[in-house]
Amino acid sequence: MTATVGNPAPPAGAGETGRPAEAPRTRAIRVLLWSLRHWSVVVAGAILAVAVLWALVPGWFTHANPTAIGATDKLLPPSSAHWFGTDRLGRDQFTRVVYGARASLSGSVVAVLIGVTVGSVFGALAGWFGRWIDALVMRLIDVVLSIPGFLLAITIVVVLGYGIPQAAAAVGITSSAAFARLIRSEVLRAKTSQYVEAAVASGARSPTVLLRHVIPNSLGPTLSLVTIQFGVAIIWIASLSFLGLGAQPPSPEWGRLVADGRNFMASKPYLVVYPALTVAVVVLAGNHLARHFAERQKR
Amino acid sequence: MSSHAAPRAARDATSPPGPVLAVDGLSVGYRTGHGTKTAVRNVSFELGPGQVLALVGESGSGKSTIGHAILGLLPVGGRVLSGAVRYQGRTISDLSGDRLRALRGRAISLIPQDPTVSLDPVRRVGPQVEDALRLHTSLDTEARRARVHELFELVGFHHVERRYRQFPHELSGGMRQRVLIAAAVAAEPDVIVADEPTSGLDATVQAQVLDLIDDLRRRSGTAVLLITHDLGVAADRSDLVGVLRDGRLAELAPTASFVRNPRDEYSRHLLDNVPSRLSFTRDRAGRAPSERPEEPAVEVTNLSKHYGGHTAVDDVSFTVPRGRTFSIVGESGSGKSTTARVLTGLTRPTAGQVSVLGTQLGALSTKAFRPLRRDVQIVFQNPYASFDPRFDVLSVVEEPLRSFQPAGSSRRHRRENRDRVAAALEAASLPASFLHRHPRELSGGQRQRVAIARALVLEPKVVVLDEPISALDVSVQAQILELLVTLQSELGLTYVFISHDLAVVRAISDRVAVMRRGRIVEQGDIAQVFERPASPYTAELLGAIAGRRLAHR
Repeated sequence: MTATVGNPAPPAGAGETGRPAEAPRTRAIRVLLWSLRHWSVVVAGAILAVAVLWALVPGWFTHANPTAIGATDKLLPPSSAHWFGTDRLGRDQFTRVVYGARASLSGSVVAVLIGVTVGSVFGALAGWFGRWIDALVMRLIDVVLSIPGFLLAITIVVVLGYGIPQAAAAVGITSSAAFARLIRSEVLRAKTSQYVEAAVASGARSPTVLLRHVIPNSLGPTLSLVTIQFGVAIIWIASLSFLGLGAQPPSPEWGRLVADGRNFMASKPYLVVYPALTVAVVVLAGNHLARHFAERQKR
Repeated sequence: MSSHAAPRAARDATSPPGPVLAVDGLSVGYRTGHGTKTAVRNVSFELGPGQVLALVGESGSGKSTIGHAILGLLPVGGRVLSGAVRYQGRTISDLSGDRLRALRGRAISLIPQDPTVSLDPVRRVGPQVEDALRLHTSLDTEARRARVHELFELVGFHHVERRYRQFPHELSGGMRQRVLIAAAVAAEPDVIVADEPTSGLDATVQAQVLDLIDDLRRRSGTAVLLITHDLGVAADRSDLVGVLRDGRLAELAPTASFVRNPRDEYSRHLLDNVPSRLSFTRDRAGRAPSERPEEPAVEVTNLSKHYGGHTAVDDVSFTVPRGRTFSIVGESGSGKSTTARVLTGLTRPTAGQVSVLGTQLGALSTKAFRPLRRDVQIVFQNPYASFDPRFDVLSVVEEPLRSFQPAGSSRRHRRENRDRVAAALEAASLPASFLHRHPRELSGGQRQRVAIARALVLEPKVVVLDEPISALDVSVQAQILELLVTLQSELGLTYVFISHDLAVVRAISDRVAVMRRGRIVEQGDIAQVFERPASPYTAELLGAIAGRRLAHR
């Protein structure tokens, strides 16, 4: 046996890190092949991108004013001038759907943010500290989950007042219980993992362990729930608006548009069908993307 | 223990002449993203009735792939590229699934690698063994049941009626492996493929299981293909040894001549790195008297640890002198890891005094223990699991440094930390270019070096090594042991070395304690314990070390 310490064998996958840069053309071909194989993901992504653009820059998609009343254009069927027809006050329905994206999407983004933030804080506290804090938080979550979600959201809106921000807050608070439970279980898993034990053994302080190891490693698995919850939030905010608890007239919102159109359901179905379809398509696209990411994560 | 010297030639007169199993120019590949990766290249061997061929090799050498290819059980994406597998002269590697199924179990059967996952957890073990009989024999229910009872007796069970009705979770690892062996021999196959049949089992259980396979082989003239990473097992239990490297058969030779005089360089390298042939204590023997008044680094008195009603550690006392290596050996559940956790402050003792570097641990909370961590570090068995999956090597090794710098000062210390991390990596024989690599790109040995660098970056005085090399290949084990010994002599470290492997312990320790069911049954200087064991349990453990044939050349 020699006395010197042998150098480790050269790394098996030396080529992995030093892979030569691909020629731009082959990369383009690979992107194309990937898109062909995952065409549904591409379509879903495109739909979401359009919806987001509607919310950010509605002016790119329509030149009409969403609240301009046209006395002569009442209840027109879909045509090349009015793609989705016009409503009972002669407003262009397509323009209203485009402008409605802002209220619907920003509302659901706020709702998900509230849900994740509140849920993470409570879930992390419960999982990390355990004992009576855990017991308290878990019972609180049980209480929230025992009330039918939508009913709870309605109750919160009634207390807070009507409007999109209030509706978003209500949906966010209602969904935070599910987030808290998931984060708690992830924190518990990370807490007992060996890398956390190794960090403790190497001298790390508790806050460091929590912020540097436990929370970052717990957030990953919640990502797919976040994307799914985004679709749920769109539906719930639209539903609250449909009931008149969300967006107030005359501002357009998808649920609100469906509510306005329901009186003409028999004679002018397009007033309900187009906004409702918009909600359905956007939510389905979101869920499809969520599933794609969840499956990628599993691999 | 079987007699190693006995000739193992074929004795079964009823088997047809010639090899039972022949593998001829076999190449196996796996489909990967871009093409086919060849895992086994042009491997040929023959196995006569009653013979044992041991296929040895390090992880990734293709030894398990050969076993799977013989049984036609290659995982998805794997296929035989060329060559043939012949069973009694008949080519079976191109048979259809149905025809192969008829052969599997009856002609060639498998003892799988991991007994903990190879049994159906929701079925009783008796009926699971019976499955083989139902498929391959015409016995009726009663006869099958009687036969399973016989098989259970054959594999050494006592209360066969009760065992028949038990579920896998009610059995220990060794007992589950016996059940699987019973299932493998149920239909009296001519060839058994034993794929690492004892990895993960304690040494004494391993010896029992191997004895059992040996016994069955001798009684019924079954040929055995023994796939193992353990050269000791191969040397003790086989007629022929095949050494695999990168999918090629580097050497195929009768075991006796292989052990005495390996022809291939790689075989020689493997043999030289077997723990029972290593010794690092010799070079240090001369040093002992000069440093006489030995002050203790770790003092443990009457330590006990209870988990609920269960006693994990029971009244344990020992002292580790500064700069020495103290080993704790024992089988699984002996309390050796719990003791290590107490020493590193990860678990609090129930009773007794533990003093590390003059500080009493007993009453310390996790927080109060923290200053001591600068001087007491731990290396875990599985390095990869002990790294945050999001971290690169720099962040992993830097962690202990950050822990002892004021919070929020990381920016100020960045350059200094980087240099210290690079120095620690260098001490662990890793180049500084590893700083920004992710642990998942590294091999097992390199990962363990990173873990050692992390333990050393704070320049501690005591390092607890909890099975630091058990998950590594033999030649990598030798390198890591060598590294540990070098670091100890350079830095004057005190090691508490936890292991189940007596050969490894013998190679690197000054003193050793043997633990069983939470108690120390024997402790003393390494030579004394190994040469003249006072306790029968130590003697039993020593007897179960595989590879005694290898120890003396």
